[in-house]
Amino acid sequence: MPDSNLERTVQSAQVETVDVLSRSEQKSQSLFAGRVKVHPQKIKGAVRRWKWATLVVLLAVYYLAPWLRWDRGPGAPDQAILVDLPGRRLYFFFIEIWPQEIYFLTALLVLGALGLFLATALFGRIWCGFTCPQTVWTDLFMWVERLVEGDRNQRMKLDRAPISLEKVTRRGVKHGIWLLIALLTGGAWIMYFQDAPSFVVNFFTGQSGAGVYFFVGLFTATTYLLAGWAREQVCTYMCPWPRFQAALLDEDSLVVTYEGWRGEPRGKLKKNPDWSARGDCIDCRKCVAVCPTGIDIRDGIQLECIGCGLCIDACNSVMEKIGRPRNLITWDSENNQKARAEGRPTRLRLIRPRTLAYVAVLLVIAGITGIGLAGRSNLDVNVTHDRNPLFVTLSDGAIRNGYEVRILNKTREDRDYALAVEGLQDARFMAIGVTEAFVDDLVLTAPADGVAAYQVYVTVPRDRITQPQTDVRFVIEDLATGETDGQNEVFRGP
Amino acid sequence: MPTKIEKDSLTGRETTGHEWDGIKELNNPLPRWWLYVFYATIAWSLVWFVLYPSWPWIDGYFEGVLGRQERQVFDSRMAQAQAAQAQYLDAVAAASPAEILEEPQLLTFALAGGEAAFADNCAPCHGLGGAGQAQYPVLADDDWIWGGSLDAIRQTIAYGIRNEHPQSRFSEMPAYGAMNILAREEIVDVANHVLTLSGGEPPDAAAADRGAAIYEAQCSVCHGADGGGMTDLGAPALNDQIWLYGGTLPEIVAQISQPQQGAMPAWAPRLDDTMIDMLTVYVHTRGGGE
Repeated sequence: MPDSNLERTVQSAQVETVDVLSRSEQKSQSLFAGRVKVHPQKIKGAVRRWKWATLVVLLAVYYLAPWLRWDRGPGAPDQAILVDLPGRRLYFFFIEIWPQEIYFLTALLVLGALGLFLATALFGRIWCGFTCPQTVWTDLFMWVERLVEGDRNQRMKLDRAPISLEKVTRRGVKHGIWLLIALLTGGAWIMYFQDAPSFVVNFFTGQSGAGVYFFVGLFTATTYLLAGWAREQVCTYMCPWPRFQAALLDEDSLVVTYEGWRGEPRGKLKKNPDWSARGDCIDCRKCVAVCPTGIDIRDGIQLECIGCGLCIDACNSVMEKIGRPRNLITWDSENNQKARAEGRPTRLRLIRPRTLAYVAVLLVIAGITGIGLAGRSNLDVNVTHDRNPLFVTLSDGAIRNGYEVRILNKTREDRDYALAVEGLQDARFMAIGVTEAFVDDLVLTAPADGVAAYQVYVTVPRDRITQPQTDVRFVIEDLATGETDGQNEVFRGP
Repeated sequence: MPTKIEKDSLTGRETTGHEWDGIKELNNPLPRWWLYVFYATIAWSLVWFVLYPSWPWIDGYFEGVLGRQERQVFDSRMAQAQAAQAQYLDAVAAASPAEILEEPQLLTFALAGGEAAFADNCAPCHGLGGAGQAQYPVLADDDWIWGGSLDAIRQTIAYGIRNEHPQSRFSEMPAYGAMNILAREEIVDVANHVLTLSGGEPPDAAAADRGAAIYEAQCSVCHGADGGGMTDLGAPALNDQIWLYGGTLPEIVAQISQPQQGAMPAWAPRLDDTMIDMLTVYVHTRGGGE
């Protein structure tokens, strides 16, 4: 969709040239660099539409996900996605994770990293340009800025203008809306840690804890500062990702590329140009003007490029106007660009050793995680042999060992468990606080959604012990379901 | 600062003017916001320097205008911790050891407190966890010289054994050899008999038979006809597998001739009642409580 502003100029076969310098052209040479303020110009086009769609979907997920409900029965939170810090539980729909199962979160982070590697190897910095929260919120804030203060030229004019009622009003409205969005962002973040509906009520009636107000304030401030003020500086100075993305790209990765072979030599558009003697780039600098990080993509791939592709929209709008082929700036690989320049056929190589390796590792880890989640037990037993004494000789000569037995009951009801020790003959048991004397069959109880720890003594007749250390296995059986869990330990004797 | 600004021909950027082995570094300026944050941290450190203890004098240090001291923080945190313990400590103090055993919350608290106190006060002789050591009884077994009930354990901890405290437990086994009550041969006979009480094979069966009569006359009053012992008198059972001073014939002979008599200090003058209650519960739950 050509810009309406530009439609008028096309009739006179002229393209407006933007008076803009890229970041590298205006780089300060002092020891300390002031920020080169970027005033990205509005652009319409296919990439921009994709960016809007991504933004809407991601923001919708972010704001609505905490409101999803998931019935877990009485006594458990009914929020689908919840990090319950006081209760030390992590809920994600049907998945419930205890602190000692935090490795599932590690797996999720590893999967996220590998997914990022794969996407980068295939399509360049598509994460940075489309889905990174910094990009999404900066885009949203820029949209607000454009609504309130106008497009690039009006904003620059407003920057230069002396202080006036209009300037103060526009700036005030802009920052007001920014702060409101930031507050909603910070508030929604807390909803992932507290029950969303009751949090909203408590927050506005002043009943939330001081910590809640602090964190809402903190996230409001960081959203406002990072998306409103810092913007592209987060990508160029703070974020480590641009620094090692080069290691993930290869000659077949699709990255935002200027087709230098047909763009050069560039030159201003003159009447009745001879296209055979010059390149397609008319040096209108539209690509620089729309860039949210203020760079010139014609300098090649560079650290500051977040791969958002808005320069593609900008250039296409111009190419259409002057009647030259589209996609002078496009997503393409280095190899294909060489091939195009030499007139050889191009090919899209999505499947290559690097991407296959990423997919393979991704599948392996996803598989392990999936198996772990599917086989996740509602019962976990930990047995620790007493350090002192290692064993005790009783008056009748029998040998006794002491253990701490911890039973984790992940179900929603109190459960009884039968304890057995495999590998010992004629063992008798006593648990402090449970049995008065030694018994043949020991039943222990663990509370719903909780842990019970018992001091358990195991006594074996002297003639059953033939070695200083006997390998045994503690087995706990849930009397309600028959589910078992066990742990290997040792029984020590003289 | 370099005297001559030099531009790199390839990138058009300034160099820092420094050269190492022919390699020059491009000047990549710091972002100004970063610099200002750095300055802010310096300013903050000066504020901190004035407010908090920061600078050593020859005798002492600059205490800072706020006068904050980590020792005071420590004291107040300790007071907080004690206040937080108070509800359990009060409950434990109000309950008898038997009641503590019945109440899971109190039991957990008392076992934790008892374990710490045991490690501080009792473990040097009785070993961590009541494991015992040579000549100091194991507290984790089911053999009790002075009784293994809660009351008996508490009494022993509070007043000790064979010490100066007026309520101390006291008994004394006669030194049958040293005091010439029994002849050397008679002691060997009776020691052989003692070995049979726990079902062992004495080295000399005839001697054991001879010793039975001597045991009946001299020992059974305290140690019982069957060797079951008598906890009221601190007379250990002789018919079990646990031997405080050794279970071989020479060791038994030695013990009859010139008995070793263990002593234990009274803890009531040193520990408060609540702590002694918690220790009682802890010792009782080591595995042999009666």
